[in-house]
Amino acid sequence: MAWVEVREVHKQYQREKQAITVLDGLSLQIEEGEFVALMGPSGSGKTTLLNLIGGIDSPTSGDISVAGTNIARLSGAELARWRSNTIGYIFQLYNLMPVLTALQNVELPLLLHKMNGAERRKRATFALELVGLGDRLGHYPRQLSGGQEQRVAIARALVSDPKVLLADEPTGDLDRKSGEEVLQLLERLNTEFKKTIVMVTHDPHAAERAHRLVHLDKGVLSA
Amino acid sequence: MAIPFAYNVRNVMQRPVATLTTAIGVALTIAVLLAAFALAEGFRSTLSSTGSDANVLILRDGADSEVTSGLSLEMASILSAHPNVALAASGRPLASFEMVTTINLPRVGQKGASNIKVRGLSMDDIGMRITPKIVEGRTFTPGTDEIIVGDRIAPRFAHCRVGDEIKLQKRPFKVVGRFTTEGSSFESEIWGDARALAPVFHREGGYQIGVLRMKDPSAFEAMKKEWEADPRLGIHAERERVFYESQSAGTTGLIRGLGIFITAIMAIGALFGAANTMFAAVANRGREIATLLVLGFSPIAVMTSFVVESTIVALIGGVFGCLIALPINGITTSTTNFQSFSEVAFQFRVTPQLLVTALVFSAVLGALGGLFPAVRAANQPLARGLRGG
Repeated sequence: MAWVEVREVHKQYQREKQAITVLDGLSLQIEEGEFVALMGPSGSGKTTLLNLIGGIDSPTSGDISVAGTNIARLSGAELARWRSNTIGYIFQLYNLMPVLTALQNVELPLLLHKMNGAERRKRATFALELVGLGDRLGHYPRQLSGGQEQRVAIARALVSDPKVLLADEPTGDLDRKSGEEVLQLLERLNTEFKKTIVMVTHDPHAAERAHRLVHLDKGVLSA
Repeated sequence: MAIPFAYNVRNVMQRPVATLTTAIGVALTIAVLLAAFALAEGFRSTLSSTGSDANVLILRDGADSEVTSGLSLEMASILSAHPNVALAASGRPLASFEMVTTINLPRVGQKGASNIKVRGLSMDDIGMRITPKIVEGRTFTPGTDEIIVGDRIAPRFAHCRVGDEIKLQKRPFKVVGRFTTEGSSFESEIWGDARALAPVFHREGGYQIGVLRMKDPSAFEAMKKEWEADPRLGIHAERERVFYESQSAGTTGLIRGLGIFITAIMAIGALFGAANTMFAAVANRGREIATLLVLGFSPIAVMTSFVVESTIVALIGGVFGCLIALPINGITTSTTNFQSFSEVAFQFRVTPQLLVTALVFSAVLGALGGLFPAVRAANQPLARGLRGG
């Protein structure tokens, strides 16, 4: 079985009285250690697919299994627990807690694991050093550049050693240089640490870093 | 695992204006609550500190206050002869039979007049109840038209200063001293010799109340039963402290009731204030909340976090409220005791217990105010929250 398996997934939203189909019987397989880029025009269902794989949203029908777990059958609380153990999520706008320091932001996911404070700090520090921010532990997000913020977000995503990293337009809000640094980092996490990465992007330059490009259009895979 | 406390504390500090506005609403509510309860507590404490458990107080059966009671000289003799009444070294029973009535005196510095209790007694006998401390002048000379005035009413009513004259039933009595009794309600009374006062008020044939010291205070119930069953007496016996405490019940209840009523109205306002602040916080932090949920924090953890945050804001208000109310501690005021229809002066008492109650109340206000916004935060659709919607 593939590491990420999406089978015949439909996703519909109800807007007023009208049903809007976002994903229309989509199937996709991603192997362990793959780096996949999801591309497509706005409204093609890329982010919806990423959210479904991450257990953030649930499909109208169809099955999704990630690392051997069929997440379509998990309850809300089970999904929350599953996400904390399985998924690392990187957002376009970083989504850091502005009132917490870089170190505290990275420590957040570890609070969900049985771990003492010293161990938590050690692992969060290691993750920040890995993304090149070992000297910014006590900085608040407002004291960091956009590129640095995204690197903190990446450290937060990988600190609990997730099975899959999901990145939604990780370079979408960054200048070219910072974007490049983030892409290099993702590439390194994939090649060096064998992380399975699924990245949504509009940027063909970013997509080039992936092993495989998956195009979506109107809720289905396109050639 | 809970969302770190620092997250809530720093978020509260991040929006000082909203925090302060909400906290002020809670602070005013708490200050009013504390003021009302400090008033009630001061009144209750003043009356409950009047009297001892070792003494038994006698009233005519059916009388609910000292003023409306009446005991004959014969009744006084029968009561004093009881074997459980303690004796002084001289062999006299330790008993004080007193004349109690009220007079109407004008207030100083404000319009109107009020009833003041006048107690006719023997200084030798009152000694078994309480030893008054003369803080100005001297005590009255037995058998003369001299009186002493309680410390709490002396400055508040006309003709009550040492050297003044008060006309009791048109007969002038000279104020020769001012006394204290360790904060009890006796400090709101005028005292004189029973032999001089009784004829003035046409009370020569008896007394209003009697107070007797028991040899064995644990035998009170048996003594009470025996006396109350005695057809010659027709009296009601009560432990002295319990009687004076019960005299505070009506007025204390009224002050507390009024306080609770006003506080409840203000609390509703403060509750909406807290809820409003937290709804705004939830709306502004939709993406943050969604991120916490995506990271794996449970909806319950997110809910708790927002309730905690609202509680922090309300507790800040609670502390402010306590600080606003603290200076009233010790301020003397007075009111009519509706049980005896006479003035009782007392001090506001902001006790540690009241402060703790006020802080707990402010925390409850905050938690309740934060509850609905917290539920909304925890149940928002994740995908929409991440888009900041």
